[in-house]
Amino acid sequence: MSSDQNQISRHQPATSSEQKPISYTAPRILGDQAGFWEAAKSGRFLIKRCKDCGKAHWFPRALCPFCMGETDWEEASGRGEIYTYSITRKALPQPFVIAYVTLDEGPRMMTHIVDCEPESVRIGQRVKLVFKPTEGDGPPLPMFCPASD
Amino acid sequence: MNQPAYIVGAFEHPTRKAPDKSVAQLHAEAAKGALDDAGLKLEDVDGYLCAGDAPGLGPLNMIDYMGIQPRFIDSTDTGGSSYLVHVAHAAQAIAAGHCNIALITLAGRPRSEGSSGLVPRNWGENLPDAPFETPFTSVTVNSYAMAAMRHMHEFGTTLEQMAWVKVAASHHAQHNPHAMLRNVVTVQEVMDSPMISDPLRRLDCCVVSDGGGALVVTRPEIARSLKRPLVKVIGAGEAVKGPAGGYFDLTFSAGRWSGQRAFEQAGVKPSDIQYASIYDSFTITVIMQLEDLGFCAKGEGGRFVADGNLISGVGKLPFNTDGGGLCNNHPANRGGITKVIEAVRQLRDEAHPAVQVPNCHLALAHGTGGTLSGRHAGATLIMERE
Repeated sequence: MSSDQNQISRHQPATSSEQKPISYTAPRILGDQAGFWEAAKSGRFLIKRCKDCGKAHWFPRALCPFCMGETDWEEASGRGEIYTYSITRKALPQPFVIAYVTLDEGPRMMTHIVDCEPESVRIGQRVKLVFKPTEGDGPPLPMFCPASD
Repeated sequence: MNQPAYIVGAFEHPTRKAPDKSVAQLHAEAAKGALDDAGLKLEDVDGYLCAGDAPGLGPLNMIDYMGIQPRFIDSTDTGGSSYLVHVAHAAQAIAAGHCNIALITLAGRPRSEGSSGLVPRNWGENLPDAPFETPFTSVTVNSYAMAAMRHMHEFGTTLEQMAWVKVAASHHAQHNPHAMLRNVVTVQEVMDSPMISDPLRRLDCCVVSDGGGALVVTRPEIARSLKRPLVKVIGAGEAVKGPAGGYFDLTFSAGRWSGQRAFEQAGVKPSDIQYASIYDSFTITVIMQLEDLGFCAKGEGGRFVADGNLISGVGKLPFNTDGGGLCNNHPANRGGITKVIEAVRQLRDEAHPAVQVPNCHLALAHGTGGTLSGRHAGATLIMERE
């Protein structure tokens, strides 16, 4: 890199990848959701599926939101596709990509798209799960990064 | 409606910044304004409706503060659309004989209190969805932005089209001496305003204002005994839409359902409507609601609002002739009551002459409360000048 280019880069705003990472607040753990966070601590991504109607849902509930049947945890693929997103530029010191991802199992969930340039994110993009740590002793949060599949 | 109710009092508090007033005071001042407008007295009120902007336990605190003795109360809270729901509930209560004169109030001071659409709201510790959303800094503006992004993706809606909504609102606000933003803006000025949460720029967002408003609803015999023009509620609908267990379509709002119910009840169709108050928390909100209410086909909202089609005297559907939430007022971060108030002004022929729709006898008001890509409530009212 020439000295001229160095000079230019010093005067440009830092890109998101150079900024301090977001410090994520730990989620509050509610009774019927504790199983999700316990599994997350060991790197497993669980969703709930109804024992009666067989449909998976998000966020996890004790009773199925489609038929009120009892529900079971199951390990999900952690694969999905970006349904929509927004680069939020003013809420935190650093921009972040909030998104809804459609899991391969069916339901859509709110998340962040991480480990990539925000400007590169697209609707329809394939993504895979990555857990990111939270403050204190909190469980990690389910986020997604670009996948090659 | 079999036994229609009438809106006989409507008042928008003139303040947009009230650092030295209390929220309860703003509610009471709005109530006084609406009762004066109707030609009624405090002791005439026997029904009271308010939402979560009222302090404390809502009706309990405000009934005591204002000194009323209602026999019907309702504190349904659907966010910014609450007050359209309240008009419908008041009409139902009046028809059922539960009260004769219902007062609805809203007030708040988000501007003085430093509120922002960029800060997560705290709704308490037991929200089942919060652990999976709040840590992601899910705030008002990015919820609407994600719906806008999907709308652009599916239908080709453009940033310029969204800008036209703001341009139309600003054309109306220039005539409103109380409006927070009175300068007429151009599409280019909206395009050049800073990006807040893609694709929404600063000028796609409504104002944050202190203030309030109130409405008085009554039965036909009482309405006819008063000296005000008769504004009859002929159709109402309410509906809630949310992420639905993870299976949702962000290209439409609950307005699709509330609007259909209101039009069915009123026995009119969208093309009959001469004036529309459309909740404008953000420009995309207007585009989606116009589609959902049937003013244009789904996906056509962007093209519908372009080229000044919402400007009174210019386009086919005059909207938010007070300047709306985008330019005039969004008291308590809840724009529903001002939507009804401006529709009442239009039907009474009391809007500013520069924006008054000639011979306006059929108007619609619609609200979306909550967050558009999260949990929200649509509420629609259709009103007729008798």
